[in-house]
Amino acid sequence: MEHLLAARAQMGTSLAFHFIFSALGIGLPLFMILVEGLYLKTGDRTYYTLARTWSKMMAALFAIGAVSGTAIAFELGLLWPVFMQYAGGIIGIPFSMEGFAFFIEAIFIGIYLYGWERLSPRAHWLCSFPIALGGAASGFFVVCANAWMATPAGFRVRNGAPVDVHPFVAMFNPAWKTEVAHTLLAAYIFVAFGIAAISAFKYLRGESYGTMHAMRVALAVGAIAIPLQIITGDISARFDAHTEPVKSAAMEGQFKTQAGAPLRIGGIPEVSQERVLYAIEIPKMLSVLGFENPNAVIQGLDSVPKKFWPPVVFTHLSFQAMVGAGFTLLFIAAWWFLVERRRNAHSRIFLWAVVVSGFLGFIAMECGWMVTEEGRQPWIVYGYLLTRDAVTPSPGLGFVFAGFTAMYLLLAATLAWLLIRIDRGALEPR
Amino acid sequence: MTEPTFLALLIVLVCIALYALLGGADYGGGVWDVLAQGSRSGKQREAIGVAMGPVWETNHMWLIFAMVTLFTCFPPVFAKLSVALFVPLLFALAGIIMRGAAFAFRGPATRDLLVHKIWGVAFGIASLLTPFFFGAAVAGIATATFNWLAPFSIAVGMLAVTLCAQLAAIFLCAETRHQLQDDFRLRALIVTPLVATIGLVALVLSRITNQVIYHGLEHAWPAISVAMLAGTLVFAFCWNRKFLIARVFAGLEVIAIVAGWYLAEGPHLEVNLGLKIIAAPSVTIVTYLWIALAGALLLVPSLWLLFSIFKRKVVDA
Repeated sequence: MEHLLAARAQMGTSLAFHFIFSALGIGLPLFMILVEGLYLKTGDRTYYTLARTWSKMMAALFAIGAVSGTAIAFELGLLWPVFMQYAGGIIGIPFSMEGFAFFIEAIFIGIYLYGWERLSPRAHWLCSFPIALGGAASGFFVVCANAWMATPAGFRVRNGAPVDVHPFVAMFNPAWKTEVAHTLLAAYIFVAFGIAAISAFKYLRGESYGTMHAMRVALAVGAIAIPLQIITGDISARFDAHTEPVKSAAMEGQFKTQAGAPLRIGGIPEVSQERVLYAIEIPKMLSVLGFENPNAVIQGLDSVPKKFWPPVVFTHLSFQAMVGAGFTLLFIAAWWFLVERRRNAHSRIFLWAVVVSGFLGFIAMECGWMVTEEGRQPWIVYGYLLTRDAVTPSPGLGFVFAGFTAMYLLLAATLAWLLIRIDRGALEPR
Repeated sequence: MTEPTFLALLIVLVCIALYALLGGADYGGGVWDVLAQGSRSGKQREAIGVAMGPVWETNHMWLIFAMVTLFTCFPPVFAKLSVALFVPLLFALAGIIMRGAAFAFRGPATRDLLVHKIWGVAFGIASLLTPFFFGAAVAGIATATFNWLAPFSIAVGMLAVTLCAQLAAIFLCAETRHQLQDDFRLRALIVTPLVATIGLVALVLSRITNQVIYHGLEHAWPAISVAMLAGTLVFAFCWNRKFLIARVFAGLEVIAIVAGWYLAEGPHLEVNLGLKIIAAPSVTIVTYLWIALAGALLLVPSLWLLFSIFKRKVVDA
């Protein structure tokens, strides 16, 4: 496998893998707060069983998340030493803060998971709050660092090296607000609809204990999060149109700079022809969405040399998949909120829709991540450092990629098996 | 070197020392887990699991802190080490991943199953290999050419593994009673002289193969003497069943070894090895120090809370 491609594949796989567990580390603690809190408030033993089962799962998930995060920390250096040398002094501060946030999270997860019998119920419940805060804080810091890669700030370059570094200007770079809001919500949505989907699936297979309790809590969270996410999505896309126009052009399939550009829904970009095939086009809509002006000029990919184009097909398709999944989730959430919520028994069609929503939350999250990472290519620090100039000279990356991918697959398979086993173990009510 | 830069370097060294101590005890626990034998092997493994369970993730955070401090405050050093020590660091990472996963997969939900046994083997192998690769990598820094496969480096790798085993055995003595305690006492008494032997072999090799670190030893003799004395006291107090005191000296031994390494290496890191401690811009370092302080103010009470809740459990035979 070609050297740079192997490095990017390795990093991308590690990040996609770690993202799942990070999102769970952000979203699951929120659900621990909710179900354990509901148990304390209502005395309903079902919530207690859910809390204990989910906390066993959280233990396993957190362990895998911790090691996959360690992998990222190592791979930043092992795969991209030039990037780390360039950026470490600029963007290392949020990573440092993330270390502390994660440490606090790890401490309180230790207390929470092993302290069921050692702490009073209320004290134990309160310990879930630092976990949720630590997880959200970790996400916040890491996303700030990632946002910097797309909208670099807080430094100047002299003789090819960064000078005049201002770490907090770097951390609070132009993209931080939109990226943080959108990514955190994505995590909550992924976890909420994931829990709802698994609960609905179990119920459809005849396992009723706790499933409707879990599904209701999960859909409540999802129904709050998804409309907020549509809003932050709109704000993010408008921000991209203004501040990251090349990424935006790839997302939207906008090859040529154009006044009054249409919104292209779906479709497959054909790079050689520089147009998008099979898309549903809404005239002038992209200009309206981006600049609130139907005749606004939308910057196309032609505004930069072709060597600086992101992978257009991948970026566009990821973006469309994310948006499509997001709006479908909105529909399912509305269906829940307006119709199914007050019912005691749910239609099978609805429950299957909820099952599908679990996949949609996952797709939206991972595809959104792809949009941001692929949309920034070929840059690793946009406008300053190309990805191919940042990679390690160490050979054998193809083998490393193969080995690590095999390891991740083994981990994923064993983890899935373990989680199912934990779940079955808690079928009997305590 | 300016004062903030020195403080940042000190933080890196403290994190490395704490990782060697706490993470090391963790790896050592894994070594004894895979080497458990006899009629009480199940109970031994249980004791190890109980001791490690709540704290293993936090123990490994010190490595992350060392790395993050290094790439925030000394980016070129981080970059250079990432390239020069690519192979051992990669294997160490694989070991860390497998070990953490094994921890997840060997919980109560999978007891008595093939999965438990398979991941037990993975756990043990990873617990043996990861300290070895880290030790060899650290020794590699001490050579002129980052040669982590030199005889000296291999010896240091083995020293790292036995140190971890020693730490774990001593820690577990204080966490167990009766026959289990006897088991771990025996292990501690066997492995402590082994640490001394391998340490001496490493020292001799550094002389024979004319390593840079040998020439720096004149700066490090105080620390190395402390380490040797501490090791002797560990053995003595363990023999007399004063396990909590033995634990203190075991910790001192590890810290002294790390300090000795740096004292021997320090002057050469900048000049002889071409590894100039080029720091990040001072604003970054100063910012980092404030963040470290704020973080520590949050962390220390949280850690105290964790250890006070859990470190009173004792497993009976």
